Amino acid sequence: MKLADTIQFASGSLRGSPTRTLLMMLAMSIGVAAVVVLTALGEGARRYVVDQFSSLGTNLVIVLPGRTETAGVGPGLMSGQTPRDITLDDAQAFLRSRAIKRIAPLTVGSATISRGALNREVVVAGSSADMLGIRHMSMGVGRFLPAGDLHDSASVCVLGNAIRRELFGNESAVGQSVRIGDRRFRVIGVLASQGESMGMRTDDLVIIPVATAHQLFNTTSLFRVLIEAKNRDYIEQAKRDAEEIMVQRHSGERDVTVITQDAILQTFDRILTALTMAVGGIAAISLAVAGVLIMNVMLIAVAQRIKEIGLLKALGAPGKQIRHLFFAEAVLLSGIGSVAGLALGYAGSFIIGQVYPMLPVSPPWWAVLAATITALGTGVLFSVWPARRAARLDPVAALAGK
Amino acid sequence: MIELKNVCRTFTVGDQQVAALRDIDLRIDAAEYISIMGPSGSGKSTMLNMLGLLDRPTSGTYLLDGGNVTELNDEQQARVRREKIGFVFQSFHLVPRLTAAQNVELPMILAGIPAEERKSRVRVLMQNYGLSDRADHKPDQLSGGQRQRVAIARATVMNPTVLLADEPTGNLDRNTGWEVLKLLEGLLEQGITLVVVTHDAEIGARAHRQIHMLDGRILSDERQVK
Repeated sequence: MKLADTIQFASGSLRGSPTRTLLMMLAMSIGVAAVVVLTALGEGARRYVVDQFSSLGTNLVIVLPGRTETAGVGPGLMSGQTPRDITLDDAQAFLRSRAIKRIAPLTVGSATISRGALNREVVVAGSSADMLGIRHMSMGVGRFLPAGDLHDSASVCVLGNAIRRELFGNESAVGQSVRIGDRRFRVIGVLASQGESMGMRTDDLVIIPVATAHQLFNTTSLFRVLIEAKNRDYIEQAKRDAEEIMVQRHSGERDVTVITQDAILQTFDRILTALTMAVGGIAAISLAVAGVLIMNVMLIAVAQRIKEIGLLKALGAPGKQIRHLFFAEAVLLSGIGSVAGLALGYAGSFIIGQVYPMLPVSPPWWAVLAATITALGTGVLFSVWPARRAARLDPVAALAGK
Repeated sequence: MIELKNVCRTFTVGDQQVAALRDIDLRIDAAEYISIMGPSGSGKSTMLNMLGLLDRPTSGTYLLDGGNVTELNDEQQARVRREKIGFVFQSFHLVPRLTAAQNVELPMILAGIPAEERKSRVRVLMQNYGLSDRADHKPDQLSGGQRQRVAIARATVMNPTVLLADEPTGNLDRNTGWEVLKLLEGLLEQGITLVVVTHDAEIGARAHRQIHMLDGRILSDERQVK
């Protein structure tokens, strides 16, 4: 019997009992769709987190004062010292490393910003020109902080978009002056509206030169130093160099903490990938259930079509051919079922993507592949027994319907 | 052509051994017309199944065209059935979801014959049996006589050497039954060997050789000289 004829005959018997066929395909497609949609959600969550992180900047290494020890007593306490501050000179020293492309010191405080009668409390960030590039911010109008000596304390500021709206309404802000704390500042630029990223709204931020911030808050220490490594391969070296430089400058003491964004990102990535796989695995159970259903219905089909099987044998079909026919039916069922399931799953993912636009929902290729293979696999696997049973029927008894 | 030697067939019913065929010795030559008669339970149907390789003897040998077919495996036996044997059943055994033409085509599909050849052979056969206008009808749209004609067309489409008919007129009224029987007898001219199992003495009497069975044995084996 030719393959094409086998498939045609099998699809003929599937069409012969449309309700049964449709129900089985439905079960199969729901299983596949569940895997696709759930993994798409998991993958969406993972990509959401990854995107959030990279919106903070790429190849980022962050230096913060103080050392977090996981066990025992920190070296600072042993020598009776508090951790030393990170100064602007320390920050500039990082540029000695070949692995480090650029840096942005960061001092954060809160102050009152006012224009005429309008005033509000804002978070003021003191930084430098490279902050814009490192943190992947973009300008709405005007310029960002001027490049140059970090110690220059110019009285200029860059406003977040929300602050601009509140203070200036529809007027142009650039070139106007505002008062922050007890100083007058000239507005040189407004940040583009970016929305929220990792809980920090650049819309509500006011950025001024770091030296100015130090004067404003009467301090010399930095809250963070953001370091951008040359590229991904230099991240680890940039981290080591930053630690080395700080140790040198702090007379041999390791009293800063250097974290890489990559490490945090990878942890999240691993957790969420594991989660996606777990959810996909649970959905795959429904595929196994669909497989058992196929087996059950196939067994019933063998019983229902017992006379037909007897006839085929009398007409000269060996057991092998009967087995192939039932096998082909199972493959067709699970094949068409999984294609329908994929369509259903993609449609579902698309709808979820429309409802939650911020979630980049898309089924990962490995889940789609795994779902299809599992569907076909269970379909074939669970049809082995019914097909064998049909093949082994005694033709005389089968013809008599026994 | 067909030779049964000491063929026995016993069935196990519960814990009892029931002998359906006991020490059958039978020789059938090519182009014979044989009827097998006997009361129900006499073993005539088992005999037919045995001849058609649907059943295996418990002991004894079956030689078909000189070859011992009892020793063949499932696939080889299926091949012999496909190429040398045609079946006609009392209850027609047409596949209900297939049209008349598709039912006739079925043995050729199983044999792997190309589609164009199948179609042309089916067309010729349907015409010969006066079924051309019924080719696209499902079995439940056909009369009993038409169904049995479709079944005969199916049984002969592979040009078998032996045609085995189990009560071929059993589900038909008298007139239709005669028509079907005439159709079967017409095949004798093509050199086919026809074996008809029946309990109808009138039908059995038409055969050139009549075998009577009782309790799994051959009671009498008479040849009519025409």
